[in-house]
Amino acid sequence: MAEAKSLRGARPERPLSPHLQVYSPPINMTMSIMHRITGGALYFGSLLLVWWLVAAASGPGYFDFVNGIYGSLIGRLVLFGYTWALMLHMLGGIRHFIWDTGRGYDLKTIDKLSWGSAVISVALTALVWLVVLVSG
Amino acid sequence: MSMRTPLKRVRGMGSAKEGADHFWTQRVTAVANLFLTLFLVWLVVSLVGADYAAVKARLAHPVNAIGLGLLAVSGAIHMRLGMQVIIEDYVHGELGKVVLLMLNTFFAILIGAACLFAVAKLSFGA
Repeated sequence: MAEAKSLRGARPERPLSPHLQVYSPPINMTMSIMHRITGGALYFGSLLLVWWLVAAASGPGYFDFVNGIYGSLIGRLVLFGYTWALMLHMLGGIRHFIWDTGRGYDLKTIDKLSWGSAVISVALTALVWLVVLVSG
Repeated sequence: MSMRTPLKRVRGMGSAKEGADHFWTQRVTAVANLFLTLFLVWLVVSLVGADYAAVKARLAHPVNAIGLGLLAVSGAIHMRLGMQVIIEDYVHGELGKVVLLMLNTFFAILIGAACLFAVAKLSFGA
Protein backbone atom coordinates (compact mmCIF):
# COMPACT_ATOMS: atom_id res chain seq x y z
CA MET A 1 0.00 0.00 0.00
CA ALA A 2 2.67 2.51 -1.09
CA GLU A 3 0.05 4.91 -2.39
CA ALA A 4 -1.48 5.29 1.03
CA LYS A 5 1.67 7.08 2.24
CA SER A 6 1.23 10.06 -0.06
CA LEU A 7 -0.97 12.81 1.32
CA ARG A 8 -3.32 12.65 -1.62
CA GLY A 9 -4.03 8.98 -0.97
CA ALA A 10 -4.28 9.33 2.80
CA ARG A 11 -7.65 7.96 3.77
CA PRO A 12 -9.19 7.02 7.10
CA GLU A 13 -9.11 3.30 7.85
CA ARG A 14 -12.48 1.96 6.88
CA PRO A 15 -13.56 -1.67 6.75
CA LEU A 16 -13.59 -3.19 3.31
CA SER A 17 -16.81 -4.57 1.96
CA PRO A 18 -17.70 -7.36 2.42
CA HIS A 19 -15.95 -7.22 5.79
CA LEU A 20 -15.34 -10.89 6.50
CA GLN A 21 -15.13 -10.61 10.30
CA VAL A 22 -18.61 -9.18 10.62
CA TYR A 23 -20.13 -10.74 7.49
CA SER A 24 -22.80 -13.29 8.29
CA PRO A 25 -23.99 -15.36 5.35
CA PRO A 26 -27.73 -15.08 4.71
CA ILE A 27 -29.59 -18.31 5.46
CA ASN A 28 -30.59 -18.85 1.83
CA MET A 29 -26.89 -18.83 0.87
CA THR A 30 -26.15 -21.45 3.53
CA MET A 31 -29.11 -23.55 2.39
CA SER A 32 -28.05 -23.25 -1.25
CA ILE A 33 -24.60 -24.58 -0.36
CA MET A 34 -26.17 -27.35 1.72
CA HIS A 35 -28.43 -28.28 -1.22
CA ARG A 36 -25.38 -28.89 -3.40
CA ILE A 37 -23.46 -30.72 -0.65
CA THR A 38 -26.41 -33.00 0.16
CA GLY A 39 -26.92 -33.59 -3.56
CA GLY A 40 -23.32 -34.76 -3.85
CA ALA A 41 -23.68 -36.90 -0.72
CA LEU A 42 -26.86 -38.54 -2.04
CA TYR A 43 -25.08 -39.19 -5.35
CA PHE A 44 -22.56 -41.45 -3.63
CA GLY A 45 -25.10 -42.53 -1.01
CA SER A 46 -27.07 -44.20 -3.81
CA LEU A 47 -24.49 -46.98 -3.42
CA LEU A 48 -26.16 -47.76 -0.07
CA LEU A 49 -29.46 -48.55 -1.79
CA VAL A 50 -27.79 -50.47 -4.61
CA TRP A 51 -25.73 -52.57 -2.19
CA TRP A 52 -28.81 -53.39 -0.12
CA LEU A 53 -30.93 -54.38 -3.16
CA VAL A 54 -28.13 -56.42 -4.74
CA ALA A 55 -27.57 -58.15 -1.38
CA ALA A 56 -31.27 -59.02 -1.21
CA ALA A 57 -31.05 -60.40 -4.73
CA SER A 58 -27.92 -62.41 -3.87
CA GLY A 59 -29.40 -64.61 -1.16
CA PRO A 60 -29.96 -64.85 2.60
CA GLY A 61 -26.31 -65.28 3.61
CA TYR A 62 -25.01 -62.13 1.92
CA PHE A 63 -28.17 -60.16 2.78
CA ASP A 64 -27.72 -60.89 6.49
CA PHE A 65 -24.07 -59.79 6.21
CA VAL A 66 -25.01 -56.43 4.64
CA ASN A 67 -27.98 -55.98 6.98
CA GLY A 68 -25.62 -56.59 9.89
CA ILE A 69 -23.38 -53.74 8.72
CA TYR A 70 -26.35 -51.41 8.22
CA GLY A 71 -27.69 -52.33 11.66
CA SER A 72 -24.39 -51.65 13.45
CA LEU A 73 -23.80 -48.37 15.27
CA ILE A 74 -21.66 -46.94 12.46
CA GLY A 75 -24.11 -48.24 9.86
CA ARG A 76 -26.99 -46.57 11.63
CA LEU A 77 -25.07 -43.29 11.93
CA VAL A 78 -24.40 -43.33 8.17
CA LEU A 79 -28.05 -44.13 7.42
CA PHE A 80 -29.14 -41.39 9.82
CA GLY A 81 -26.98 -38.90 7.93
CA TYR A 82 -28.30 -40.26 4.65
CA THR A 83 -31.88 -39.75 5.85
CA TRP A 84 -31.18 -36.16 6.85
CA ALA A 85 -29.41 -35.39 3.54
CA LEU A 86 -32.38 -36.90 1.69
CA MET A 87 -34.90 -34.79 3.62
CA LEU A 88 -32.90 -31.56 3.32
CA HIS A 89 -32.38 -32.05 -0.43
CA MET A 90 -36.04 -32.96 -0.90
CA LEU A 91 -37.27 -29.86 0.97
CA GLY A 92 -34.68 -27.73 -0.82
CA GLY A 93 -36.14 -29.02 -4.06
CA ILE A 94 -39.64 -28.00 -2.96
CA ARG A 95 -38.25 -24.55 -2.04
CA HIS A 96 -36.81 -24.25 -5.52
CA PHE A 97 -40.11 -25.34 -7.08
CA ILE A 98 -41.78 -22.41 -5.30
CA TRP A 99 -39.08 -20.03 -6.54
CA ASP A 100 -39.35 -21.53 -10.05
CA THR A 101 -42.94 -20.26 -10.23
CA GLY A 102 -41.68 -16.72 -9.54
CA ARG A 103 -43.17 -16.63 -6.05
CA GLY A 104 -41.56 -16.06 -2.67
CA TYR A 105 -38.78 -13.64 -3.61
CA ASP A 106 -39.28 -10.97 -0.96
CA LEU A 107 -36.60 -11.08 1.74
CA LYS A 108 -38.86 -12.22 4.58
CA THR A 109 -40.30 -15.10 2.55
CA ILE A 110 -36.81 -16.13 1.40
CA ASP A 111 -35.73 -16.36 5.05
CA LYS A 112 -38.88 -18.25 6.04
CA LEU A 113 -38.57 -20.77 3.21
CA SER A 114 -34.87 -21.32 3.95
CA TRP A 115 -35.25 -21.70 7.72
CA GLY A 116 -38.43 -23.72 7.21
CA SER A 117 -36.73 -26.32 5.03
CA ALA A 118 -33.90 -26.63 7.56
CA VAL A 119 -36.21 -27.07 10.55
CA ILE A 120 -38.63 -29.44 8.80
CA SER A 121 -35.75 -31.59 7.53
CA VAL A 122 -34.61 -32.14 11.12
CA ALA A 123 -38.18 -32.88 12.24
CA LEU A 124 -38.80 -35.38 9.43
CA THR A 125 -35.48 -37.12 10.08
CA ALA A 126 -36.31 -37.39 13.78
CA LEU A 127 -39.77 -38.75 12.93
CA VAL A 128 -38.37 -41.43 10.59
CA TRP A 129 -35.81 -42.57 13.15
CA LEU A 130 -38.34 -42.53 15.96
CA VAL A 131 -40.37 -45.04 13.94
CA VAL A 132 -37.21 -47.05 13.22
CA LEU A 133 -36.23 -47.21 16.91
CA VAL A 134 -39.77 -48.07 18.04
CA SER A 135 -40.21 -50.82 15.45
CA GLY A 136 -36.97 -52.56 16.30
CA MET B 1 -3.32 -16.57 -30.20
CA SER B 2 -6.85 -15.58 -30.96
CA MET B 3 -8.09 -12.30 -29.54
CA ARG B 4 -11.69 -13.17 -30.29
CA THR B 5 -14.12 -13.42 -27.42
CA PRO B 6 -16.08 -16.63 -26.79
CA LEU B 7 -19.21 -14.81 -27.90
CA LYS B 8 -17.64 -13.88 -31.25
CA ARG B 9 -16.54 -17.46 -31.83
CA VAL B 10 -20.01 -18.99 -31.38
CA ARG B 11 -22.00 -16.22 -33.08
CA GLY B 12 -23.73 -17.41 -36.24
CA MET B 13 -23.30 -21.09 -35.44
CA GLY B 14 -26.88 -21.56 -34.36
CA SER B 15 -28.18 -22.76 -31.02
CA ALA B 16 -26.85 -25.77 -29.14
CA LYS B 17 -30.21 -27.44 -29.95
CA GLU B 18 -30.68 -28.29 -26.29
CA GLY B 19 -32.56 -25.29 -25.04
CA ALA B 20 -33.92 -25.73 -21.53
CA ASP B 21 -33.81 -29.53 -21.74
CA HIS B 22 -31.29 -29.95 -18.90
CA PHE B 23 -33.26 -27.63 -16.62
CA TRP B 24 -36.59 -29.23 -17.49
CA THR B 25 -35.47 -32.85 -17.13
CA GLN B 26 -33.93 -31.99 -13.75
CA ARG B 27 -37.29 -30.59 -12.61
CA VAL B 28 -39.40 -33.46 -14.01
CA THR B 29 -37.21 -36.10 -12.31
CA ALA B 30 -37.23 -33.98 -9.14
CA VAL B 31 -41.02 -34.15 -8.97
CA ALA B 32 -40.93 -37.90 -9.59
CA ASN B 33 -38.20 -38.38 -6.97
CA LEU B 34 -40.21 -36.42 -4.42
CA PHE B 35 -42.91 -39.11 -4.41
CA LEU B 36 -40.63 -42.09 -5.09
CA THR B 37 -38.26 -41.08 -2.27
CA LEU B 38 -41.09 -40.87 0.26
CA PHE B 39 -42.20 -44.30 -0.97
CA LEU B 40 -38.65 -45.66 -0.52
CA VAL B 41 -38.34 -44.29 3.01
CA TRP B 42 -41.71 -45.80 3.94
CA LEU B 43 -40.76 -49.16 2.37
CA VAL B 44 -37.37 -49.38 4.09
CA VAL B 45 -38.68 -48.26 7.48
CA SER B 46 -41.51 -50.81 7.30
CA LEU B 47 -38.88 -53.54 6.76
CA VAL B 48 -36.81 -52.73 9.86
CA GLY B 49 -36.26 -55.93 11.80
CA ALA B 50 -37.78 -58.15 9.09
CA ASP B 51 -36.02 -61.41 8.16
CA TYR B 52 -34.76 -62.30 4.68
CA ALA B 53 -37.90 -64.10 3.51
CA ALA B 54 -40.11 -61.19 4.51
CA VAL B 55 -37.84 -58.61 2.84
CA LYS B 56 -37.66 -60.67 -0.35
CA ALA B 57 -41.43 -61.10 -0.49
CA ARG B 58 -42.05 -57.37 0.06
CA LEU B 59 -39.48 -56.27 -2.54
CA ALA B 60 -40.88 -58.77 -5.05
CA HIS B 61 -44.42 -57.45 -4.71
CA PRO B 62 -45.35 -55.82 -8.05
CA VAL B 63 -46.26 -52.44 -6.54
CA ASN B 64 -42.99 -52.20 -4.60
CA ALA B 65 -40.89 -53.58 -7.46
CA ILE B 66 -42.37 -51.09 -9.93
CA GLY B 67 -41.84 -48.22 -7.47
CA LEU B 68 -38.20 -49.18 -6.93
CA GLY B 69 -37.68 -49.59 -10.68
CA LEU B 70 -39.08 -46.10 -11.34
CA LEU B 71 -36.90 -44.64 -8.60
CA ALA B 72 -33.83 -46.34 -10.11
CA VAL B 73 -34.45 -44.71 -13.51
CA SER B 74 -35.62 -41.28 -12.29
CA GLY B 75 -32.94 -41.14 -9.59
CA ALA B 76 -30.14 -42.10 -11.96
CA ILE B 77 -31.13 -39.40 -14.49
CA HIS B 78 -31.51 -36.77 -11.75
CA MET B 79 -28.17 -37.52 -10.07
CA ARG B 80 -26.36 -37.57 -13.41
CA LEU B 81 -27.69 -34.12 -14.34
CA GLY B 82 -26.89 -32.74 -10.88
CA MET B 83 -23.33 -34.03 -10.79
CA GLN B 84 -22.81 -32.81 -14.36
CA VAL B 85 -23.47 -29.24 -13.20
CA ILE B 86 -21.12 -29.63 -10.23
CA ILE B 87 -18.33 -30.90 -12.51
CA GLU B 88 -18.89 -28.12 -15.04
CA ASP B 89 -18.81 -25.54 -12.23
CA TYR B 90 -15.57 -26.65 -10.59
CA VAL B 91 -13.47 -28.53 -13.17
CA HIS B 92 -12.04 -26.21 -15.80
CA GLY B 93 -9.34 -28.34 -17.41
CA GLU B 94 -10.77 -29.68 -20.67
CA LEU B 95 -9.41 -33.24 -20.36
CA GLY B 96 -10.30 -33.66 -16.69
CA LYS B 97 -13.77 -32.28 -17.31
CA VAL B 98 -14.50 -34.65 -20.20
CA VAL B 99 -13.19 -37.66 -18.28
CA LEU B 100 -15.23 -36.80 -15.17
CA LEU B 101 -18.38 -36.17 -17.23
CA MET B 102 -17.95 -39.62 -18.78
CA LEU B 103 -17.37 -41.27 -15.40
CA ASN B 104 -20.45 -39.46 -14.12
CA THR B 105 -22.57 -40.97 -16.90
CA PHE B 106 -21.09 -44.44 -16.32
CA PHE B 107 -21.72 -44.22 -12.57
CA ALA B 108 -25.33 -43.11 -12.98
CA ILE B 109 -26.06 -45.90 -15.47
CA LEU B 110 -24.32 -48.43 -13.22
CA ILE B 111 -26.46 -47.41 -10.24
CA GLY B 112 -29.68 -47.51 -12.28
CA ALA B 113 -28.88 -50.81 -14.00
CA ALA B 114 -27.78 -52.54 -10.78
CA CYS B 115 -31.00 -51.49 -9.03
CA LEU B 116 -33.14 -52.66 -11.94
CA PHE B 117 -31.30 -55.98 -12.11
CA ALA B 118 -31.67 -56.61 -8.38
CA VAL B 119 -35.38 -55.77 -8.41
CA ALA B 120 -35.95 -57.92 -11.51
CA LYS B 121 -34.12 -60.88 -9.96
CA LEU B 122 -36.11 -60.54 -6.73
CA SER B 123 -39.33 -60.48 -8.75
CA PHE B 124 -38.68 -63.12 -11.41
CA GLY B 125 -35.68 -65.10 -10.09
CA ALA B 126 -35.78 -68.30 -8.12
